[in-house]
Amino acid sequence: MFALLSYFRPDTATAAGTLLAPVRWRPLEILFWLVAASLLWLAPSKVLLLNEIAILALFVLSLDLILGYAGIVSLGHGAFLGVGAYAAGLLGKHGFTDPVMGLLIAGAAAGLLGFVTSFLVLRGTDLTKLMVTLGVALILRELANKFGNITGGADGLTGVVMGPVLGLFEFDIFGKTAYGYSLTVLFILFYVARRLVNSPYGLMLRAIKGNSLRTGAMGVPTNHRLVTIYTIAAVYAGIAGALLAQTSQFVSLDVLDFHRSADALLILVLGGSGQLWGAVIGSIAFKIMYDYLAAITPQYWQFWLGLVLVLIVLFGKGGILGFVNSSREWLAHRLGKGAAK
Amino acid sequence: MLTILFDGFAYGMILFVLACGLSVTLGLMNFINLAHGAFAMAGGYLTVVLMNRFGVSFFLCIPAGFLVSAALGVVLERTLYVRLYARSHLDQVLFSIGLVFMAVSAIDYFMGAQQQLITLPPSLQGRVSLFGIQVGIYRLFVIAICLVLAVALQLILSRTRFGSQLRAAVDDARVARGLGINVSLIFTVTFAFGSGLAGLGGVLGAEILGMDPTFPLKFMIYFLVVISVGGATTLTGPLLASILLGIADVAGKYYVPTVGSFIIYTIMVVVLILRPQGLFGRANAR
Repeated sequence: MFALLSYFRPDTATAAGTLLAPVRWRPLEILFWLVAASLLWLAPSKVLLLNEIAILALFVLSLDLILGYAGIVSLGHGAFLGVGAYAAGLLGKHGFTDPVMGLLIAGAAAGLLGFVTSFLVLRGTDLTKLMVTLGVALILRELANKFGNITGGADGLTGVVMGPVLGLFEFDIFGKTAYGYSLTVLFILFYVARRLVNSPYGLMLRAIKGNSLRTGAMGVPTNHRLVTIYTIAAVYAGIAGALLAQTSQFVSLDVLDFHRSADALLILVLGGSGQLWGAVIGSIAFKIMYDYLAAITPQYWQFWLGLVLVLIVLFGKGGILGFVNSSREWLAHRLGKGAAK
Repeated sequence: MLTILFDGFAYGMILFVLACGLSVTLGLMNFINLAHGAFAMAGGYLTVVLMNRFGVSFFLCIPAGFLVSAALGVVLERTLYVRLYARSHLDQVLFSIGLVFMAVSAIDYFMGAQQQLITLPPSLQGRVSLFGIQVGIYRLFVIAICLVLAVALQLILSRTRFGSQLRAAVDDARVARGLGINVSLIFTVTFAFGSGLAGLGGVLGAEILGMDPTFPLKFMIYFLVVISVGGATTLTGPLLASILLGIADVAGKYYVPTVGSFIIYTIMVVVLILRPQGLFGRANAR
């Protein structure tokens, strides 16, 4: 019992304890995944929405890796989502129907693009980075539009056939398999990302974000680190795109649209960037808000979206997670004061 | 051939007027304002409403578009933008995208999603023969206005007291304040002027570019291309860049319509890789 307690509450008095503190899984995190998994049986009517949330969370998570941890601003992260989606869709269409293999190949394709384009974002100011990432995404969209004979152009890529996952679980029309599949992939990749950002490598990334010049002077090969994380994030986004294509069995030009990249940024800020949970919580909040607003004002929900964005930037530093953390600190502070009296 | 060159030139000049306000806020005040197109849209829609509902002359709409957008700029700058000068670029991007979303939906709500059309006054319609080529009178008119504006702007920035105060305020706001320069007033005026120019561009471009609620999003990319390719530290850079872009876009659509905007994006990315500070920009410490 004591061993379990000390696992969840490491000793923060020592340096090792402080470094280890974020590495340990807290009970709340474990509870979250259990609830998420149990929703497969508890809320079967909502699995389609849940599936979308899981995929979105993975996509935003990938943006969090480059923006929240490495400080690379991007307005074109949707490019990798699109490449992954088209890769998985095309594989499915041309008789290569194993989902997991498709996922890996799509991730590799997006990762390759990420590796090649990562050299473009190493130079220049924030504006240059924004423009280059945006430009790459726009070029890809134009390409997908022009090569309509391959991608289906504006009509979208139809006829994507998917075999059962691992040869066991057939995709059903209610989306149960889809959600279970997406959630499993999200969990695995979340776990990997969690290990990654808490490793020395993750600490280095945060140092680069803080001050890349000084980090370089300390002997960290900053460019090398940034290329790596950009490629990893691209793989993540590609896998998210592949999940999207496989579970909906359809790919349209929409996956490469500007609003995908902008939404991801928004969600990340809404949830709280620089924290992996920010991506997950932001996606949940965004999808629920979207569902709710789109039901009331289908045409004008963007207005409220914009308003939320403006308000977050003006008043809510750190998004939902930041708000939770600061109110928790405030509460602890008040309680501490009360106890002292 | 020459007509295409000319049309592209006129198109580029409008882009310049639309973008130069952004070049001022971005290059001089170091603020990434993606909502710049919303000010242009305000000018454009003002023209549509004034002309089609109230029958106001087009010539009156030109100064009106400038003034209303500038006033809008003052209000927003004083209430919202002023809080974001010191924030990170990411915050500025998010904030201004939020504004764009709101503007797009609001216009959609009040004016409808269809494209708005205006009828030019008869004196600006038709074509004349100039050095043997047929040119539209309206396009000639636009080019004339834009050229005058470009020269005037350059003179204001480089020759007047206000221009040097602005440059001082941007280089080091604290020292400028210490020297008795009212920095926040200068920023407000500059921002208002930039927004006003956007509004003016919106009025002039309403006929050529077309006005619909997605205008700010559609042209945001063009503005940013102009600024990032031209470099935001001078005015001549964006001017040349927008003329190039205008001609390339019009010619591209005429000769190779299937390639679409592909060329422009590719050029932009290539330019930015080779010269991150823009074609004509100086290397900037900031």
